Formats: sequence, C-alpha cells, structure tokens
Amino acid sequence: MSKLQNLLKGIIKENPVLVLVLGTCPTLAVSTSVINALGMGIAATAVLICSNMAISALRKVIPDKVRIPCYIVLIAGFVTMIEMLMHAFVPDIYEALGVFLSLIVVNCIILGRAEMYASKNGVLDSAIDAVGMGIGFTLALFLMASIREILGSGSWFGLPIPWLSENPILIFGMAPGGFFVFGCLIALVNKLSKKKNKKDFSCESCPSAYLCGKRTDASSQCKEGDDK
Amino acid sequence: MDFKQLIIIMMTAVLVNNYVLVRFLGICPFLGVSKKLNQAVGMGVAVTFVMLMATAATYPIYNFLLLPNGLGYMRTIVFILVIAALVQLVEIILKKYIPALHASLGIYLPLITTNCAVLGVTINNVNDGYNFIESMTSSLGCGLGFLLAMVLFAGVRSRLEEANPPESFKGLPITLVSASIVALSFMGFNGLVTGLFGA
Repeated sequence: MSKLQNLLKGIIKENPVLVLVLGTCPTLAVSTSVINALGMGIAATAVLICSNMAISALRKVIPDKVRIPCYIVLIAGFVTMIEMLMHAFVPDIYEALGVFLSLIVVNCIILGRAEMYASKNGVLDSAIDAVGMGIGFTLALFLMASIREILGSGSWFGLPIPWLSENPILIFGMAPGGFFVFGCLIALVNKLSKKKNKKDFSCESCPSAYLCGKRTDASSQCKEGDDK
Repeated sequence: MDFKQLIIIMMTAVLVNNYVLVRFLGICPFLGVSKKLNQAVGMGVAVTFVMLMATAATYPIYNFLLLPNGLGYMRTIVFILVIAALVQLVEIILKKYIPALHASLGIYLPLITTNCAVLGVTINNVNDGYNFIESMTSSLGCGLGFLLAMVLFAGVRSRLEEANPPESFKGLPITLVSASIVALSFMGFNGLVTGLFGA
C-alpha cells in the first residue's frame, strides 16, 4: 500500500466515524457547533498522531501482556498535554468541550488504531495512518456539525444565515437531533457505498471488545459469554 | 446533610441529564449491548456497580493525594489507571468469591474499562465540586439512568427487529433514529427538578 493510499483510506474508505462507527460519543456530543467540532477534531488528531508515533516507536519494548495499560498511559499523557495547551491558548473551546476533552483517552478510535495499526507498523506509516484517520474524524465531525448548526441555530461558524437564523429548528441542536442526523448520515453512506452486508452495531465492532477477547483471563469469560 | 439536595442530584442524574440520552456518554454499550433485555440489564448493573466503586476510589485519591500536592492536572491519567485496575480487581474478586454474580456480570466487566461513562462520571463529580456523599449519589443516579435507558431501548429494539425500514436504513441507522425518538421522550423531563423543588 502506497503512502498516499494509506493516508486516503482513513478519510474515505475506512472513515472512523461514518464507516467504522467508532468514537460515537464525542461525535454526537460536540457536533452542535462547527467551531467546537473542529476544536475536538484537531485535538483528537493531535493526540492520535502523537500516540500512534510513540506506540509504534515503542512497539518492540512494550511487553505483549501489559500492552493495553501501557497504551492507555501513553494516550492519557498526551491528552493531558493537549488539555493544558487548549486551556492556555483557546480557553473558549476548552470550556465548550468540557469533559469530552478528557474523554479522548477512552475514544475507541485512538486505542483502536494503536492496537490495529501502530503496534504492527513503523513510525512513519503510523504517523501517516494517524493523519488520515484524524482528518477523517475531523471531516465527519465538521459535516455533522454543519448540518446541525445550520438547521439548529441558523448559523455557520457563528455567522447568522438570513431567514434560517430567525426560524431555527431548535431540535437539531439538542440530543434527539444529534442521534437523528447521525443515523441519516450513516444511511446516506450505506446508500452511496451500496454495501450488500449491512453493518450492525454490536460488541464485535468495538475495538475494546477485540482487546478484551485477547486478554488472558478475561478473554475466556468473554468468549464463553458470546457462545451462549 | 441536606437530604433534599441529594434527591435533586439523584433525579437530575437519572432523568433530566440522563447520561446516555442527554449527555451522550456511553453510547457504544448503549447501541451495542441493547439487543436483548437480559444483556441490557446485565450491562446496566455492571456499569452502575463500577461507577460506584470508581467514585469511591477516585474521590479520596483526588482530594487527599492529588489536590494537596498540586497535581490536579494529573487526574485524567490517574483516574483511568484506577478504573482499569479496579475493573480487573473486581473481576478477580467476583470470580473467586461470588461465581454466580461473576457468571452474569463477568463478560461485561472488561468492556467497561474503556467506557466513557465511567471516566466521565468521576471527572464530572470532581468538576462539580461534590462532597463524598453527593459524588456517590450522583454516580448511583448516573448508573441507574444508564440502566433505565438500556432497558427502555432494549424494548424499543425488540420491536424494531420486526419492522421493515428502507434498505439503506437497515441496521445501525434506524437504530440511531429510534434512539433519537427515545431521547425526545426524555426531553419531557426538562424542568422537572425546578418544577418539583423550586430553585
């Protein structure tokens, strides 16, 4: 796979939000305004690039059995750094994102890429993969936030849109609107990709399920449960 | 101890600011494990349990260890490590001493480590400046709210299985759209607390 393909796959073919359906919580929560969505996307991308590079560089040092705790500590360290940087330089976005900034630690996309890609590939490839995935995440957030902000508050990047700003459909800015827009976007992606096998959301698609299936002791329990 | 304050925190956490349907925390298990009612209940109970344990463990660590030493910014790292260790510990203890409970909750425990609702509740408790009793009440409320959302949605989904949506909406999209309608019903609780207690 060439470097360019590696970069592009995260943006379109394996878009983390719309195709792999990872990181749903931040996607739904911060997509009420475009500025918040971009802030979240950039913060998560920065963490993803740093963590992917660090994990890839350390992949031969980290013992296989304790790799998940190691990854989590590395990721949490980078998240704390990003949090402090954003608190210092963009306090408005820091306030708006609130707890979701800290929750980048448990974002499936980051741990998923660490486990599936960075732990098996070189530093440069992992960085490119992270950039692609990060852009894919940011674009999906941007798309969703645009729809929700234009319909829900009649503005875009905070700039009012004539007519719509006087008659906003408030529900799109609230929780039900988030679920609705996300469902419609995934349906649109299904329609465009014309996939025969409709994906269904279940435990198997979540990277943490994949991790727990591989854990030594917990794994046997997990598999037994699935067999029932 | 102001008992009214605790009831307000509890009702806010369960109904008004429901973690799943209003604040968007813990969406993955909400969509992933809500297919069958018994699984939904198991996951809900396990999350409630871990939330209570995590709050009981992180509150003293934050207030007696991190804050006095000026290490408040370390909370993200410390909390996620405490939760991960706690989940493992709970699993080992349950397996050894209460195998019956382990058989019903055990499969959900490893999944909870990376559940954002658990980390979210501990960080929110710290941000809101709750004392110990208030933190525990809020965690219990969040867990019960999660359980309520899971149970309600499991009911909706069992009906959804028989529905026949348009081809591209099959599977996840129609699930999200029905989640949106369930969330709509929870908006009815807005203003419940101020209506009941005045504020």
